[in-house]
Amino acid sequence: MEAFTTHTGRAVPLRRSNVDTDQIIPAVWLKQVSRTGFERGLFAAWREDPEFVLNDPAYAGASILVSGPDFGTGSSREHAVWALQQYGFRAVIAARFGDIFRNNSTKMGLLPVVLPAEKVEALQSAVEADPSTEVTVDLVERQVRWGGETAGFEIDDYTRWRLLEGLDDIGLTLTHADDITEYENGRQPWLPTTV
Amino acid sequence: MGRTLAEKVWERHVVRRADGEPDLLYIDLHLIHEVTSPQAFDGLRMAGRKVRRPELTIATEDHNVPTVLGPIADPVSKAQVETLRKNAAEFGVRLHPMGDAGQGVVHIIGPQFGLTQPGMTIVCGDSHTSTHGAFGGIAFGIGTSEVEHVLATQTLPAYRPKTMAIEVSGELPFGVTAKDLILAIIAKIGTGGGQGHIIEYRGEAVRKLSMEGRMTVCNMSIEAGARAGMIAPDETTFAYLRGRPHAPTGEAWDAAVEYWKSLRTDDDAVFDTVVEIDASALSPFVTWGTNPGQGAPLNTAIPAPEETSDTAAARRALDYMALRPGTPLSEIEVDTVFVGSCTNGRLEDLRAAADILRGRKVTTRTLIVPGSMQVKAEAEAEGLHEVFQAAGAEWRQAGCSMCLGMNPDTLAPGERSASTSNRNFEGRQGKGGRTHLVSPAVAAATAVTGRLTAPADL
Repeated sequence: MEAFTTHTGRAVPLRRSNVDTDQIIPAVWLKQVSRTGFERGLFAAWREDPEFVLNDPAYAGASILVSGPDFGTGSSREHAVWALQQYGFRAVIAARFGDIFRNNSTKMGLLPVVLPAEKVEALQSAVEADPSTEVTVDLVERQVRWGGETAGFEIDDYTRWRLLEGLDDIGLTLTHADDITEYENGRQPWLPTTV
Repeated sequence: MGRTLAEKVWERHVVRRADGEPDLLYIDLHLIHEVTSPQAFDGLRMAGRKVRRPELTIATEDHNVPTVLGPIADPVSKAQVETLRKNAAEFGVRLHPMGDAGQGVVHIIGPQFGLTQPGMTIVCGDSHTSTHGAFGGIAFGIGTSEVEHVLATQTLPAYRPKTMAIEVSGELPFGVTAKDLILAIIAKIGTGGGQGHIIEYRGEAVRKLSMEGRMTVCNMSIEAGARAGMIAPDETTFAYLRGRPHAPTGEAWDAAVEYWKSLRTDDDAVFDTVVEIDASALSPFVTWGTNPGQGAPLNTAIPAPEETSDTAAARRALDYMALRPGTPLSEIEVDTVFVGSCTNGRLEDLRAAADILRGRKVTTRTLIVPGSMQVKAEAEAEGLHEVFQAAGAEWRQAGCSMCLGMNPDTLAPGERSASTSNRNFEGRQGKGGRTHLVSPAVAAATAVTGRLTAPADL
């Protein structure tokens, strides 16, 4: 996983709520068996509208997405995270996320930042007023900073540590292989197998 | 203090607990399909890892498969399905391919085989894994990184979600179904209402639901934003499981049932959140917008955006749906009716649709898609396919079909459906398609009239 410590870049305001993962990457893009090339499918339907914010040249090259609440609801497709990352986003800021999307993001090193709705609104307004506004997402200090404003965010210590170090979950879990074997020895005998 | 059902099942599966870390949770059953698994198997291969417990893993082909006989025409879909076959063979995972008698939608076949049992932890790279909670286990959707993690370790690191009780008092009126209940619940608490929670559905109306109805309710927990949904096991659960191929038998059955009976929330347990809903006040429910929380009773009108909890979202949704506030929902005309999916593709759902269509004719394109090949065989043994065909509906092979726009069953741009599936997102059933979520009974009545219709109004 790609480590995340602190990132400074420009931000795109996405003034929509309930941005479900079908919008982030429509199902037709999920047929690929590789992990690359998903940036082309990012918001594929919405990007056909010339007025869509990602088509605004003022936001070209932005690396932080600032969305309305309930971003990443719906389908569990991790392809949504891959598409955002491969397009160039390093962090998504919203007042609330779909649980599975948020989980998937932290496995991949895309930082989901929960800010209070009024802070999200303030940040969206700031980058609408001046698209060149530099925004810093600082995981070390658990802060988002822009134009003299600072907003703190919460993230549990363990997830933060994994992101800061860029650690692979499987490798960590396998250090506890003995615990898994011990647990398996005590499982209830009637539990089904698929064979 | 007592414990909730969710806490009991969770505690039983904790492999390792350490301060400041998520619990390491054991996974009893891992379900796999072709869409979210290829990159996970690739990850194993690159790291030189094996599947730790292939015998706790099962795979099926469902999202990409066509529901008419014949091979997959789309080369990209075909390659994805072939990749699953190759991976299942290489890693020793049981697979039910297209054409196999055990093939079907992943959340239909688990319960059908008796693999889904009370008290288990079940995961799948698919958000509708919450379906399996209907048996009193913890079941939730995961992403591909976590699929790889479960394949490699049979565990997942996770924090225990908060608990939410949805207390459904009273009885559902005649003609009001599990689908109407869950659509009403989502409209009440919103698409983010369950975020961070495991929901336990409780109360008289829930106890009276069949297993099929309970699966429909738990299936759409994710549409309320919840991590999982569950219902305490009871005699209805045990009767459903008894005699299924992977259910315990003999003394093991007795021991299992004794344990399963302990899987209920203690009287003095406390939920983090409690929501109450009166079943007796419900009526057939449909969606009008582009998220599952934008719904209303079918006998009402499309609300004004200002009257909803999110005015901007409602405006946008009505624009996409080409609908106007104040229009009675029962005047909305549809082009297509879809009965099927992991939400409503089980035998009981097909019977409900057949009861409406018997002796009537459909006036719109109507797809009836069984959730599995076994459901198909059971429906045909009862002659349901003849009812559908006599009414002019199309009787299809098993698959996800028109739920999600990954196979040939899609809406054309601008087309409108009444669909028994679970998501009315923009473009979900095909780019530019417009979806109204409904119960199987409302879907069938709508097929007859060509506009959203409650069975009682036929």
